[in-house]
This record gives sequence, C-alpha cells and structure tokens, in this order.
Amino acid sequence: MSEQLIVPTMAEFMAEGKEPDILFWVGSAGSYDDRAKKITKAFVKILNKAQVNFAVLGSEESSTGDVAKRAGNEFLFQMQAVTNIEILNAYNIKRIVTCDPHSFNCLKNEYPGLGGNYEVIHHTQFINQLIDSGKLKTGNTNFNGKRITFHDPCYLGRANKVYDSPRNVLSNLNANLVEMKRSRSTALCCGAGGAQMFKEPEQGDLDINILRTQDALETKPDIIATACPYCNTMMTDGVKGKEKENEVAVMDIAELIASAQGL
Amino acid sequence: MNYLPNIIFAIALFLGIGYFAKNVKKLIRNIKLGQPKDVNDNKSQRWKNMAMIALGQSKMVKRPVSGFFHIIVYVGFVIINIEVLEIIIDGLFGTHRIGLKVLPESLYGFLIGSFEVLAALVFIAVVIFWIRRNIIKIKRFMSSEMKGWPKNDGNFILYFEMVLMTLFLVMNATDSSFQDLGSGNIISQYIAPMFSSLSESTLHLIERGAWWLHILGILVFLNYLYFSKHLHILLAFPNTYYGKLTPKGQFENNDTVTKEVMLMMDPDADPFAAPAEGETEEAPAKFGASDVQDLSWVNLMNAYTCTECGRCTSQCPANLTGKKLSPRKIMMDTRDRLEEVGKNIDKNKGVFVDDGKQLLNDYITKEELWACTTCNACVEACPVSIDPLNIIMQMRSYLVMEESAAPMELNNMMTNIENNGAPWPYNQMDRLNWKDE
Repeated sequence: MSEQLIVPTMAEFMAEGKEPDILFWVGSAGSYDDRAKKITKAFVKILNKAQVNFAVLGSEESSTGDVAKRAGNEFLFQMQAVTNIEILNAYNIKRIVTCDPHSFNCLKNEYPGLGGNYEVIHHTQFINQLIDSGKLKTGNTNFNGKRITFHDPCYLGRANKVYDSPRNVLSNLNANLVEMKRSRSTALCCGAGGAQMFKEPEQGDLDINILRTQDALETKPDIIATACPYCNTMMTDGVKGKEKENEVAVMDIAELIASAQGL
Repeated sequence: MNYLPNIIFAIALFLGIGYFAKNVKKLIRNIKLGQPKDVNDNKSQRWKNMAMIALGQSKMVKRPVSGFFHIIVYVGFVIINIEVLEIIIDGLFGTHRIGLKVLPESLYGFLIGSFEVLAALVFIAVVIFWIRRNIIKIKRFMSSEMKGWPKNDGNFILYFEMVLMTLFLVMNATDSSFQDLGSGNIISQYIAPMFSSLSESTLHLIERGAWWLHILGILVFLNYLYFSKHLHILLAFPNTYYGKLTPKGQFENNDTVTKEVMLMMDPDADPFAAPAEGETEEAPAKFGASDVQDLSWVNLMNAYTCTECGRCTSQCPANLTGKKLSPRKIMMDTRDRLEEVGKNIDKNKGVFVDDGKQLLNDYITKEELWACTTCNACVEACPVSIDPLNIIMQMRSYLVMEESAAPMELNNMMTNIENNGAPWPYNQMDRLNWKDE
C-alpha cells in the first residue's frame, strides 16, 4: 500500500521510556476481520492526520472476553479480563479508545470491578472531540447532499446512552442525515450481539439483519453509517441480501470521516 | 338500633383485608426464595426513579396512546380510592356520607364531583383498552403466551373496573339526598333520570345495593390481585426503586468466579492447600440459574411485577423475526414456576420437595435462551424497570458453566479465545498484521 500508517506499539513506547496519550484498543474484529480491518485503518489515518499521540498493544492485545461473557462463559471472560488488565496496568494505561462498542462497553463497565480502571472512549466520541477541538478540520466534503442514515449499535446506544456523538460527527459531512423509524433508544439490533455473530440464528421467519436493513432502506439512503464492526458486517450482508449493494454503501463513521478528509 | 349491617360490614372488611394480608405474606416469602442481592446503594437515585417511572409514569407515555389512557385509569384509581375511606367509615359506624358532616358542602361536592368525572373517564379508557385487546387485536396481546388465563385475566380486570365505576356512579345517581344537594353530581345527574320512575324505597334499595356491591367488589378485586398480572399496581413501586442503576450494557461479574480466577492468577497460591483453621469448606456454588431459587430476589420480584403488556416482546429483535424467544414469556414462566415452587412449599409443611421440574427446559427452553442478542431492547421498553435479560444471562451461564451445553459454534468460538485470544482461529502474533496489509 502506498500510504504508510504510523502505528506504534506500547512496547516501543516503553522501550523509549515514553507514554502515549491514549491507547487504541483494536479488538479482535478490527485485527482479523477483513472488512473491520478497513475501519481500523481508516481510524488510524484519522489519528495520524490529527497527530494523536497513540499506541496499540499489538500482539499483547487479547480478546476482551466480552463475547465469552455474553455467551454465558463468565470464567473465560474473567480470565481474559484479568490477563488484559495485568498488561494494561503494567503499561500504566489511563485512556483507551476503541472502534468496537462491545469492547467499549466491556472495558468501560465490566473491567473496573476486576481492577481495570480506565477512561474508555468510543471512536465516534473521540472523532467528535477531535473535530470540536479543531484538530480535525471539516469543510465541504464529497458527501454533500448524500442521504446518510445512522444505525445505532446496541452497546453504544441503549447500553451506554451514547446517541449524539456519532450524529454530531456525521453532521460535519454536510450530508442529509435521515433517521430510521426505529432509532436511538428504540433502535433495532443488527442481530450480531450476544454472541449471535458466531452462531447460526435459531429457527424463525426472517434474519434480524434483513429486518434492520429494511428499516434502513425505508429511508432511501445512499449510505448506511455504522459505528461497530459487527453491525457493519450484518448490514453489509443485509444490503447484499436485498441486492442493493450497488446503490447503498455501508460504511463506518471512521471511514466516512477519513474519506471526507481525503485520506 | 339495628347493628347487623355494621357487623356484616366489619366482617367483610376483616376477611377481605385478612386474606389479602395472608397472600402478601406468601408473596414476600416467595420473593425471598431468591438469592440475596444488595440493592441498597444510591438511595436518592432510587427514590427518584420510583417517583419518575412508577409515580410519574414516565415510561408509559413512550407509547402515547396507551400511555394517555393508562394515566387516566391510574390517576382515577388512586383518587377515586379516597372515596373508599368514606365508605369504610360509613360502613363501620352506620353513618351516611360522613364527608358531608365533616367537610364544607362545597369542598365535598368538589371532591365527589371530581371522582365522578374520573370514574366516567376511567370507564371510557377501560372500554378502549378492551377494544384494543378484543376488537383491534393489537399484535402484542395476541402472542402465543397470551392464550388462556393471561388473556382472560386481562379482560377480567377490565370488566372489574367497568363494574366498579358503574356501581359508584349508580350509587350516587340513586342517592336522592345527594342529588338534591345539586353539587358534586356532575355525571350522576345524567344517570339519575333513568331511575326517576322508581319509588323512593326502590331507589333507596338500589342505592344500598350499589353501595354494598361497590365496596364488596373492591375487596374482591383487592384479593384478585395476588392471582393476577394486576399486581403491578403495587409492585411497580418497589420494582422501579430496586431497578438497575448501572449502564444497561454492564452485566454483573460473578464474585465466585472472580475468587477462583484470582487464585489461579496468584503465583503464590497453593491449589492443594487445606482451608485455614476455622474456615469451613464452602458448598460448591452453582454457576448461573436453572431454577427460580437460583435467581436473585429482584428477578423474582420482577416476575410478580410483570403485567404482561408485551412492550418488551414487541421490541425484541428475535421475537420480531419469528424466533421463539419472548421476554414477556421469560417473566411469565419465572412467575409461574415460582408459584409452583411456593405451592409445593405450602403443601410440604414449609420445605421444598424436589418435584423433578425446573425453570430450565420445563418452562424456558434452550432455544429461547440462545436466540437473545442481549440488545437490551426489552429492558429499555419495560415501563416498570423489569430486566428479562438478566434472567436470560443467568440461565445461559448455567448452560455453559454447569452443563457445557452451548451451541457447537459457540464452543468453537470460546476454544479459540482460550487458545489464541480471539474468537477466530488466528494467531495472536498476527494481531498487528493489518498495519502492513
């Protein structure tokens, strides 16, 4: 690839005797899933552009254990959490940003009880802060006049009441933001939560992501904006299922902002 | 003087309240079958939640139509019941409309007048509720768990309220001395002409009949509560008080597991060490829940509070796409099983005798539990702070940690996390490969 991403690791910072301002928690999807990796890279481009002093754990990062906990395996969750907390505390981490609402929720709410106390920020909140503080300039963009509808991730919205940050970020695109009938606290799940991402759905008459895609398509969008790698997968599959992939794009907010920045 | 009516009244009152008190005691005992859970933190926020959600009906009005009519019935119920105070005093002491003797006529007229207006509004609202359930057949009242008793229960409550409101208005309409006052009979003055052809004594008989049926009806209704979803009129208050205060996404960490994990991670711990002197070997804890006694008392109170409105189920993504899971059914099953356990205890002199049944499988199937996306839509939708997701998660925990009975794909996913720190079979060393791809 032509552009060079600058992604320092905590180990490198440590070797130089320095500390970053914030840790970027990439998460398992963001590290391994081909679609989610694009979101990770888009977010890193934004971090590089805004000259954020950040680091990643790299191979020292491990699953938060969130999905194990939602699947009912409390033991595996706590093993993962305690191992991660040991590393995070050893590096004296104070602030964490992540593109994954599931990691966000787990690190923010479930790690403190096990000895991991950090300020945890979702990437939509972080980008919002970068824009507000002028570190990221927005102006006329290639999204002028496009119809964009935002799908609230359950673990960002209902679970943690973060509804405005993603919308504030999107409002900088000069696009035409349209809300789905079910949005914010009544938003419908994409179908991936609670470990559903990793199993076949139970017998029913429709897949949840298809129902949610119908909600989105009713707004006649050019773009469905997501803020979670799992939602992105589900909505992308849903749009393909409806054979609308040539008309409707499914993009993470980080990708939209990176694109608007010409990154 | 003839004291017979006073005595009959006192006996009816005593029996009505006594039987109710007995069932309340049973209710509390059943709720206490649940595991302890400390919910005494942050009292000011809890009072605030109760004031907003239960007293202020803040979540009911999220659905404006049913919310509006519910507020009419709720306000009507609370305010009209002030009248019951007068009825009880009159009944016990043989007085007639004691309020008129102790209150200025204008104030009494104002009070009864507002009761009458509310009674008429409640009647209309209840008729609308009945139409929604039986004529329009709103989808959330038609689900499979709403067949039989739950359906009848919903209608019985509406009939009760229609009859009680009618009796109250008829009682006023046929009370000629009250009608002669000319104040407070805002609604009943229009009902009175229907009885105008009747003789004074017949009129009096109807008035007495309506009066007696009204108060006896209230006592019967009071005792119907325990057997009905209508318990929410009482339990909504403690239930909203004890509702979850932490973010909806925060699931509790299991303390027993924490102890074990910490022991495993502690390099100085001796796994074979005998328990220290004076320390008794604890009974091995059961992980998760397979029956009602494994759930917390808050879960069990939730179950009794549920009024089966189905707002949860109508928001559930699994249910909306035809899966078997219905959060309302989770709550109804928990209550029904708890009732069964309670009856078992009553029958066996205070101890539970194993009946070979449990909440898992006999009431709630694995298929329902595994269909949940943990999206919290049900929790958000509940107007009285019930948390069906918490029960689902405890039962999933039981399936995975006690029975290793997760769907195969989930077992694979968990094995991957154990082996290489990700839900997919990728090497942890490759976590940063995306940087150079």
